[in-house]
Amino acid sequence: MSALVVVEHDRGALSPATLEALAAARGIDAEVHALTLGAAADGVAAELAAHGAAVVHQVHHDLLSDYGPEAWGEAVAQAVRTLQPSAVVACGTDRGNEVMAQAAARLDLPFVANCNEITTGDTWSIVRVRWGGSLLEQCTLTASTKLVTVTHHQFEAAEAPAAGATQALSVDLDASLARTVVAERVERAAGVTLATAPLVVGGGRGVGSAEAFAPLEELAGLLGGVVGCSRAVTNNGWRNHTDQVGQTGTRIAPDLYMACGISGAIQHWVGAMASKKILAINTDAEANMVTKADYAVIGDLHKVIPAIIAEVQRRRGA
Amino acid sequence: MRVLVCVKRVPAPGAKINITADGQAVDTAYLAFTTSPHEECAVEAAVQLVEQHGGESTVLTLGPAEADEQLRYAASIGVNKAVLLPVVENDWDPQRTAAAIAAAVRDLEAADGPFDMVLFGNESADSGNFQVGVRVAHALGRPMVNGIKGIDIDGGTVRARREADAGVEVYAVPMPCVLGVKEGINLPRYPTLKGRLASKKVDVAQVSPQGEAGGQQMVTLLQAAEQVSQTVMLGNGPEAAPAVVDLLEELGLLK
Repeated sequence: MSALVVVEHDRGALSPATLEALAAARGIDAEVHALTLGAAADGVAAELAAHGAAVVHQVHHDLLSDYGPEAWGEAVAQAVRTLQPSAVVACGTDRGNEVMAQAAARLDLPFVANCNEITTGDTWSIVRVRWGGSLLEQCTLTASTKLVTVTHHQFEAAEAPAAGATQALSVDLDASLARTVVAERVERAAGVTLATAPLVVGGGRGVGSAEAFAPLEELAGLLGGVVGCSRAVTNNGWRNHTDQVGQTGTRIAPDLYMACGISGAIQHWVGAMASKKILAINTDAEANMVTKADYAVIGDLHKVIPAIIAEVQRRRGA
Repeated sequence: MRVLVCVKRVPAPGAKINITADGQAVDTAYLAFTTSPHEECAVEAAVQLVEQHGGESTVLTLGPAEADEQLRYAASIGVNKAVLLPVVENDWDPQRTAAAIAAAVRDLEAADGPFDMVLFGNESADSGNFQVGVRVAHALGRPMVNGIKGIDIDGGTVRARREADAGVEVYAVPMPCVLGVKEGINLPRYPTLKGRLASKKVDVAQVSPQGEAGGQQMVTLLQAAEQVSQTVMLGNGPEAAPAVVDLLEELGLLK
């Protein structure tokens, strides 16, 4: 028996999240195998071996030339029937959860998403994420093969060299599954994004209007950061949803998050809590964002931010 | 076209979520309830599709009798029909939920004709199991893509857009299909007074849910470890600016 890790890759580029799944799988079974879908992923076998994969099962098929939730899920289901692993593990990313749900539906097996802690046995005891991480759930998993995803960033990737022997695995995919393979892709323009920016200047209800975001834009621009916002802002139509930080928006992890006029409801907090440092600027010293932040300025953001801009410009001019 | 949208009633928490003494549920004594955010957008998408292409929309939920409130909210912004699958226990597990919804969809379709599209939210705000829509789609033998932030109808095909790390992916999915919608696909409208009044008169059909318990069973809810922070006060008002810029410098952000 072995734990089988479903490898996430994008047209052959390995997702670092897979290395977290490999680390988690090593705690589940003494023997860890990996499964790569599509010929484009053949090149990642060495890196999988370095992170503990004793065997890398490689599946080649025309329908796996790009991502497709149904083709990927069916390929995983067939791999499970052939290889009979004790468990199947992926990382709880958009694709990881989607592929595992597809495989689980096809195998008629339970699937537990976003696990933080796993205690193995006949029946597993699992601690998993609820409410985007502001609450947890202890649950049991009873199944012939255990299907789980692990919460992204919960397990640390670590090298653990293993043989990484490659083996071809054949699957039989029905042509109809082409219906959910990516038909086209519009590549993202290069540049800093909310998810990758070193500094995010976030605005909440306290900003007051779409126009009042101008100083936040100016400050972010001065420092090579980007502007984010809370759900209240998006719901008011002040900013596009692509700027929303939170459980149903983007999860950020900048060096500094400046949360301006944001009360800090859990919907927002779970998207911001991975920030290395948080500075809250708020008129209310009791606001959740202020009490949870590393640093705080108590005051009106409409006066504080222009003063910060002026101070940055003064020091740069000096 | 005929569109079905499946929603979940969830608490609307503020700064902290408390758990009941027995650990089985969120303490909702001081909380309001709402429709899970992704699904609020799925409801709006259903209404827009029918506005643009004609036909009718139906909203369905599996939940407590009180979920009538979320069904009527959907009706108040323009959904035509409502179906409640009442359960008395706390949350059903995802396999059981999906089996009950799939069976109900088959019954609804046998009575009134097939749905061209079934919409779900990407995941529920509370339990976040990321699978009910996928399981329902598989049980019905229909294509399913999750994470959708754009829907365009092109004949019998839906061009569905999804944001990925590398860019925007476009899927060309033949109808009938199932899609999981993400917040941001639209900005849900607020109900009008007329809509609210009309929603009170909507007949909510009740279907007894059927489903076997699955292999994932909740034992208890737990609080996440509280991130304890000793907040360093940098000052009050604009006078705090030099201290803020000192911090930017210390973090290497003042280049």
